[in-house]
Amino acid sequence: MALLDVRDLGVVFKRKGTRPFTAVDGVSFSVEPGQTVGLVGESGSGKSVTSLALMGLLPKRGAEISGSVTFEDTELLTLSDKQLRDRRGRDLGMVFQDPLSSLNPVITIGLQITEVLERHRGMSRKEARVEAAELLDRVGLPDPQRRLDEYPHQHSGGMRQRVLIAIALACRPKLLIADEPTTALDVTIQAQILSLLSDLVSETDTALIMITHDLGIVAGLCDNVNVMYGGRIVERAARHDLFERSRHPYTHGLLQSIPRLNAPRGEPLTPIRGSVSDNIEWEQGCAFAPRCPNATDVCWSEPPELKADDGRMLRCHNPVALGDAVTEGAL
Amino acid sequence: MSILSTRKAEKIDSLAEGGTSLAMDALRRTFRSPVAILGLVIVGLFVILAIISPFIAPKDPYRPYPELKAELTPSNIPGPMPGFLLGSDQNGYDFFSRLLVGAQQTLFVGVFATLIGVAIGMIIGGLAGAFGGWVDSVLMRLTDIMLSVPSLLLAISIAALLPGSQWTVIIAVAMIGVPVFARLLRGAMIAQRSSDHVLAATALGVKRKTIVFRHMLPNSIGPVIVQATLTLATAIIDAAALSFLGLGDSDWRRAEWGLMLGNAQELLSVKPSLAFFPAIAIIVVALGFTLLGESMRESLDPKNRR
Repeated sequence: MALLDVRDLGVVFKRKGTRPFTAVDGVSFSVEPGQTVGLVGESGSGKSVTSLALMGLLPKRGAEISGSVTFEDTELLTLSDKQLRDRRGRDLGMVFQDPLSSLNPVITIGLQITEVLERHRGMSRKEARVEAAELLDRVGLPDPQRRLDEYPHQHSGGMRQRVLIAIALACRPKLLIADEPTTALDVTIQAQILSLLSDLVSETDTALIMITHDLGIVAGLCDNVNVMYGGRIVERAARHDLFERSRHPYTHGLLQSIPRLNAPRGEPLTPIRGSVSDNIEWEQGCAFAPRCPNATDVCWSEPPELKADDGRMLRCHNPVALGDAVTEGAL
Repeated sequence: MSILSTRKAEKIDSLAEGGTSLAMDALRRTFRSPVAILGLVIVGLFVILAIISPFIAPKDPYRPYPELKAELTPSNIPGPMPGFLLGSDQNGYDFFSRLLVGAQQTLFVGVFATLIGVAIGMIIGGLAGAFGGWVDSVLMRLTDIMLSVPSLLLAISIAALLPGSQWTVIIAVAMIGVPVFARLLRGAMIAQRSSDHVLAATALGVKRKTIVFRHMLPNSIGPVIVQATLTLATAIIDAAALSFLGLGDSDWRRAEWGLMLGNAQELLSVKPSLAFFPAIAIIVVALGFTLLGESMRESLDPKNRR
């Protein structure tokens, strides 16, 4: 029994006077307890919208959500606002992209942690403070007792992200969604935060959905990877399979465009040509066709289905031939 | 814990020495500028004067003095004489004492008009910002209507409807500020609603009430405080204008600068100082509040942050 089962999730943004925009289309995946699942794609591929839809954080007006999201036998999409509020933070945690703006600047860090503990775990202010200090200690902040009375602006980006992780994990959620948690941080801090995250989720057996555009993060963290393009999943595979034999030309292109340590000297990087704005509609054919080196006539006329292929799910008419591999260790 | 992050933490500690909140930080930045200090000095002196004026006034401001009355004719108002620094006013009262005590009345009117304006404006703006939707639409159209009437005209019509008293002036002047504060708070709240930390709090299942009062309101209140300081200046001027137009206190004896100015208008040729001193006092005090408010606004503006 999967912890989270997303089936045919679709998000359409509708606004008077403009064409409806399909941000997420027929996305299905599931997360087992304790598993780490990656959601990869470039800007505009629908990965963040997917996560907001899971949490019920999309605006009521303007965003039309379809499909189903089952979390431990509960259908999340039909929950009332109040029921959803009771679950958020307790069963489902979320860490956002920008630690600099995700903390309330005018109240102390302690209050921002204890607020969640009081809300979901019914602790008194005193108990919550003790627990909060412990949480800060666990995410590796020195002198946690003092941090409680400090304000966010007294801390660096990395420290704030640690605080946010502490808050998200405060009620020991069963599922944590991390939406590009390291994008706003510099590289050394990124590595620290990632190892912290993976340590914590394995310690507490929390399932993690890691949303990122960085395949390097996925390589180090995720059991299963979903690659999204234009609002649909185009390839899903276990980590090793994906990196050793990426089949979708988009995934392949992403891997080709990353500098590798074991590449021959002077070998140029191969970028994916064009940009997301070149996409065609999925109804017309494959959205990636205009940018795809393998595209043939069928790609322009017939939308590919997500099919099982070679131990993975693949949405492509002309997948990359086997044996053209990039090793994950090199990333 | 790696060595790197420990070092970093130490560095941060040294930076955060004497840890200050954002508000303290803004205050410190405010009072680095000489303009702000000048504003603060004027406002400070005015407030002190308002508090101690009844005790330091050399004469009773609410009683005519026979030695002044003796020389008082329609074409001659006595000037300075021993014991009466600025001489008499048109009723044989000690003008200097009345001028001093006037600070109290003026401050009283200004502060209460502003406070009432802020309170009502914040309730309207807070409701609109917190609920959005049709609540927002209805309340904002109401404030639009209030804003569409020129401010002094609005105050005059309200003052004309109510019986002439000091509270009439206060309420009328307060109403000028209401739509301004309502819009300001509503705008700031709406900006907060889509901010990352409110989204983060929502994602943690924090209750709506807590989100509004702990996460949105405190972050939106800065511009309101600044505007309140600026409004104090205009409130004092508007109150003076109402009194000047005779829509204020029906008790002509009250020592209030606007009222004194209004009562002095027919006597400009006889004793111009009767109008001059209250007018100067109003201008200086309004200037003080404006300087203070403007520099607060500047230092709270993130664009000016150094």
